[in-house]
Amino acid sequence: MILEGNVWRYGDNVDTDVIIPARYLNTADPQALAAHCMEDLDPTFAGKVRPGDIIVAGRNFGCGSSREHAPLAIKASGVTCVIADGFARIFYRNGINIGLPLVELGAAVSEIKNGDRIRIDLGGGTIENLASGKKFAIQPLPGFIQDIAKAGGLINYVKGEKA
Amino acid sequence: MNPMGMTMTEKILARHAGLERVVPGQLIKCRVDLVLANDITGPPAIVEFEKIGRPVFDRHKIALVPDHFTPNKDIKSAEQAKSLREFAKQHDITHYWEIGRMGIEHVLLPEEGLIAPGELIIGADSHTCTYGALGAFASGVGHTDAGAAMATGDTWFKVPTAIKVELTGKPSRWVTGKDVILTLIGMIGVEGARYQALEFTGPGVASLTMTDRFTIANMAVEAGAKNGIFPVDGATEAYLADKVKRRYAAVAADPDAEYAQTVTIDLGGLTPTVAMPHLPENVKPASELNHIAINQAVIGSCTNGRLDDLAQAASVLAGRKIHPDVRAIVIPGTQQIYAEAMARGYIATFIRAGAVVSTPTCGPCLGGYMGILAAGERAISTTNRNFRGRMGHVDSEVYLSSPAVAAASAVTGHISDPREVMK
Repeated sequence: MILEGNVWRYGDNVDTDVIIPARYLNTADPQALAAHCMEDLDPTFAGKVRPGDIIVAGRNFGCGSSREHAPLAIKASGVTCVIADGFARIFYRNGINIGLPLVELGAAVSEIKNGDRIRIDLGGGTIENLASGKKFAIQPLPGFIQDIAKAGGLINYVKGEKA
Repeated sequence: MNPMGMTMTEKILARHAGLERVVPGQLIKCRVDLVLANDITGPPAIVEFEKIGRPVFDRHKIALVPDHFTPNKDIKSAEQAKSLREFAKQHDITHYWEIGRMGIEHVLLPEEGLIAPGELIIGADSHTCTYGALGAFASGVGHTDAGAAMATGDTWFKVPTAIKVELTGKPSRWVTGKDVILTLIGMIGVEGARYQALEFTGPGVASLTMTDRFTIANMAVEAGAKNGIFPVDGATEAYLADKVKRRYAAVAADPDAEYAQTVTIDLGGLTPTVAMPHLPENVKPASELNHIAINQAVIGSCTNGRLDDLAQAASVLAGRKIHPDVRAIVIPGTQQIYAEAMARGYIATFIRAGAVVSTPTCGPCLGGYMGILAAGERAISTTNRNFRGRMGHVDSEVYLSSPAVAAASAVTGHISDPREVMK
């Protein structure tokens, strides 16, 4: 799968409370959540994000609450992939389960800036920064996790298993 | 050559995967002993569960707790609570509690005897790791994982490496579990245990009450951990004696278990500690923050809403008054704790001091309701997160502390070490 889009660049420890504040958790409707995505960190995001955009962040992205509303809000806002130096574990699990591609890139995220256009080749395992021409290798997902991703998320995967 | 021994976490995971042994990095499928969801994560978990099209795997092994936005804070929250209630009825779920009988999930489930040593619990709430205090493996997941497990009775894990937290010494008066965990997070950082198990051990464990241990395990996730776990000792067994009737099999770490890192904390060297905005790792001694004036003090939550926590707050507030510029909100963790606090006179102490006492709810901790902060306001709180906007307006601030520090600060109007008040 090839994903190409413009980058929204954020820092370290972007927590799930700023990705989707709890005051909006009285619904789990993805579109309603997307309207407030990133609101407490970047109030311009929800209004300006375009389908195909990509979030690139620093360390420990998605730390805090287990709310799956956070990756759902990001996905429903049109973002096709989140790249980070590293992810908090529950957020990472939730991303896999709902079919939002997450790429752990390590310190090389510093080579990607806000507004850069990048191309991600998930199958081929590369990211290219079209603004700078720099290329980075992606670590492949473990086989079992790839199976969940291929099934389109955990629920489809479980449905495919024998009861 | 003999293989290396296993940690507590590895032993519990291996047992639930039907394997003799597991090693870090291994992906395994585990049977679960209990699946938890609340009024925020339950309704979407139910939606995912229904997509699978199977019955619940075991109606006695699912716990549904309406605690976050209940008593219903608005119409949408009422709809979410209704969805949880109707699902519980439809599937004849044993462990569902209506308000008036419920409590904050991570205080309630151990109190109800639903957690025992050696068991494996997942919950669609990040603070599910609280149950590690009882020598169980417990970890937070999202609502899809919870919904799937409600149908299948199993879930997958990557076996984590572990950090050994060696506790020595004895805590002095006014030093609690909260000060231990804030100190640890200050040492290793908010991602210091990311993807790892935090295994607490050492001679210092014996001097920690069960309340201390629940508070410490509760905040393991604030260091990024998958789980936090304590050894099972006499204090654990005494706690379980009148709660858990079923048989359980406690595990202990092997003497040659392998740890990625060892961190040592001398409990005798700790002082009342506060985490400053906007990360739990920004810790300082309470005594160095006297210049920070507060508008609100919150005492409660899954971190610090137990009877010992209220006792501590009451001992500070007895015969004293809340500062005129401070709103103090006390939230007992469960109805049982509320009733016991009333019988012991703590509730009367809080009310005489000028505090609000609320029915059990997660409300203010996550900025839901029952104590939201306005722009520029500052709270000291016994909760677990001080992220930007966590308790209200994005320009408000949360300082995390023990109940004693929060109560002392409520009296003085600024952040205070309890010793400043209890002269």
